[in-house]
Amino acid sequence: MITEFGAYALVLALVLSALQMILSAIGGARRSSLLAGAGRGAALGAFLGTALTFLALIHAFVVSDFSVANVAANSHTAKPMLYKVAGAWGSHEGSMLLWCLVLTGYGAAVASFGEALPPRLRAYAVATQGALGVLFLAYTVFASNPMARLLDVPVEGASLNPLLQDPALAFHPPFLYAGYVGFSVVFSFSMAALIEGRVDAAWARWVRPWTLAAWSFLTVGITLGAFWAYYELGWGGWWFWDPVENASFMPWLIGSALLHSAVVLEKRGALPGWTVFLGLAAFTFSMLGAFLVRSGVLTSVHAFAVDPTRGILLLTIMGIAAGAGFAMFALRAPSLNSGGLFAPVSRESAIVLNNIILSTATAVVLVGTLFPLIREATDGEAVSVGAPFFNMTFVPLMVLAMAILPAGPLLAWKRGDARLVVRRLWLALAIAAILGLAAFAAVAPRSALASAGLVVGFWLVGGAVLELAERVKAFRAPWPEVRRRLTGLPRGAWGTTLAHAGLGIFVLGAAFETTWRVEAAQALSVGGQLKLGAYELALTDVGTVEGENYIAERGIVKITRAGAPVCEARPERRFYPTGKQTTSEVAICPKVLDDLYVVLGERRAGPDGQPAWLVRAFVNPWVRLIFLGPLVMAIGGLVSLSDRRLRFGVGKRAERAA
Amino acid sequence: MLVALAAIACMAGAAADPAERLPDPAQEARARTLFREVRCLVCQNESIDDSEAALAGDLRQVVRDQVKQGRSDKQIRAFLVERYGEFVLLKPPFSAGNALLWATPAIALILGGVLMALLLRRRAASAADGEDSAPLSQVEEARLQVLLKDE
Repeated sequence: MITEFGAYALVLALVLSALQMILSAIGGARRSSLLAGAGRGAALGAFLGTALTFLALIHAFVVSDFSVANVAANSHTAKPMLYKVAGAWGSHEGSMLLWCLVLTGYGAAVASFGEALPPRLRAYAVATQGALGVLFLAYTVFASNPMARLLDVPVEGASLNPLLQDPALAFHPPFLYAGYVGFSVVFSFSMAALIEGRVDAAWARWVRPWTLAAWSFLTVGITLGAFWAYYELGWGGWWFWDPVENASFMPWLIGSALLHSAVVLEKRGALPGWTVFLGLAAFTFSMLGAFLVRSGVLTSVHAFAVDPTRGILLLTIMGIAAGAGFAMFALRAPSLNSGGLFAPVSRESAIVLNNIILSTATAVVLVGTLFPLIREATDGEAVSVGAPFFNMTFVPLMVLAMAILPAGPLLAWKRGDARLVVRRLWLALAIAAILGLAAFAAVAPRSALASAGLVVGFWLVGGAVLELAERVKAFRAPWPEVRRRLTGLPRGAWGTTLAHAGLGIFVLGAAFETTWRVEAAQALSVGGQLKLGAYELALTDVGTVEGENYIAERGIVKITRAGAPVCEARPERRFYPTGKQTTSEVAICPKVLDDLYVVLGERRAGPDGQPAWLVRAFVNPWVRLIFLGPLVMAIGGLVSLSDRRLRFGVGKRAERAA
Repeated sequence: MLVALAAIACMAGAAADPAERLPDPAQEARARTLFREVRCLVCQNESIDDSEAALAGDLRQVVRDQVKQGRSDKQIRAFLVERYGEFVLLKPPFSAGNALLWATPAIALILGGVLMALLLRRRAASAADGEDSAPLSQVEEARLQVLLKDE
């Protein structure tokens, strides 16, 4: 009954989205506040309908109603409750429903919180969001309905892939989608501005909070995914330049470029066309990602819920939405005002350079991801584009961007003074160079590149700290003055510092971990020992444990350093009888920044006839920074966002006063 | 889902398995570096360094044998391509067919550079004519000032 109600609510949401599109569009065109208001009401209704469907699906998963096809295919009575709930978005149908939920949710947010916006811009944005809602809800209702029933009800479900039964992965899709689909709002605002033919500083100010929110969520989502890959796949890596990873990374790169160009537009009125273009591109890349992940055109370790026929539909949807967007752009771009002037050495120029590099990086990831398809279509040759290609092309581009990054915030708008910047940053440069050279001397010549990575990392962190110090006149003004400046600093400035420092922290972690990782592997019987760098590992026992829906072989590995106990690692090899799958559960002993990472391999015959297990272990130095850095970046984004929200309030108060 | 299942078989890298290692550490290091460039043909998107699949083990054996015989990296790569096609290399070789792939960064950067140069030149030209016209109406400008005052 609840399931039928959910299916009905979804159709209702589709109808309401259509109403939202039509009423808002007419309301905008005729300047009718009544129709526009009705459109906003429809937007709230569409969100409510989708939310009810989503709850109904979760309910079906929680009570294990296997008459629902999606539940039968992706759940099992023995599954822990968290993964029953998370199973609701673990499949093609469920994840599309989550996509629609986020899409209509953002639409409802624009409808409810956009009071400071000019009424027409708001009406057109709500209309565009409604149009996107129609496309994706229609797809969900007609081609990918998660509420579809089975005539032949199975007694037990097929369960969720055990690799996906993991806390990080349960929360990974909601964050990822909140980011991915958050760019739909930016897309809608871009369309609205193009329909009105006006892209100005005020527009940039309205778009930035949405961009910041989407970008921050996407940062957290990608980081959770990388963290999952790190401890669940058991190869010690965290980023594989896999097509699915790339699919989520491209909107992030474009979103980062957009965040910066929107600042230029907001403060200086420059780059309007380019900023709108990025606004359209970000969500286009999100849709491309949705298509790539689900259509099966590319093979990937993360691909799930693959279905080629529905892939064509998704491609069509993307073609319609992006086609309309860019056609509108081509129509209106020539008439856009080009805005403020700036000199070659200025903050604007630094940000333009940042945008050029980020766009180039996106192009590299895009071409790299699609190239196997392109070759296949042109001359039938099967090729692979993997990590070595991206390391050779993407990484140098990023190094270039990061080399100029700390200078950006220190340059003045319009016309900057390069000498002044050098004078303010020499300390960061000197520290970075010395530490980098020291690292080079310690490991040379094995890893000149890693030393360069460390230089860049310290340069970024140092630059961010010095920029903050510069703003508050630390060491130059008396302490009360510094304190006054610190408390008076806008949150946006803190956000910038945090985000840039976070990037530096990530680079340090990545460079350090890649270079100084220690690896050891040996087939051990119980009582066997293995040397891992400065550590001694001893396999003291292997027993059997029973989980809620699996049976596992669990090894007890005692880790000591110079005789002193460090920790006891318990890696497992789990067998899930429902899907007849085996997964390996990594044991991680966290140090402050490092991880001791232990994996238990398959049982085999040892040299003396006793059973033995291949134990692989890593010391991953500074690996914590790899996940901490992006989190700091996301926090920076949210801090900056809280500043914007205040400003929305200011805008409203000002309006009331006027 | 099936794809993900198939992937499991390939996971949890086994290249460090001591049973397979070459006795000479320098040769072993060279082999390991090569492993990262060679695709596990039956896996999704993994190098033979990461893969536990049987075929990846065979390929590692091939590479290790050739390293032991003293063949150069280039010779080994050529051997693998001849046997399995370009598909086996995770970094496509520089060739006419792959020109687009390798030229992308340069093309995009040059394009960006040209656009920026044009932007700066137009700015210089219009600066000679005086300041740019205000894109905002007076009311909007006043509102923007109120907003900006919070800076």
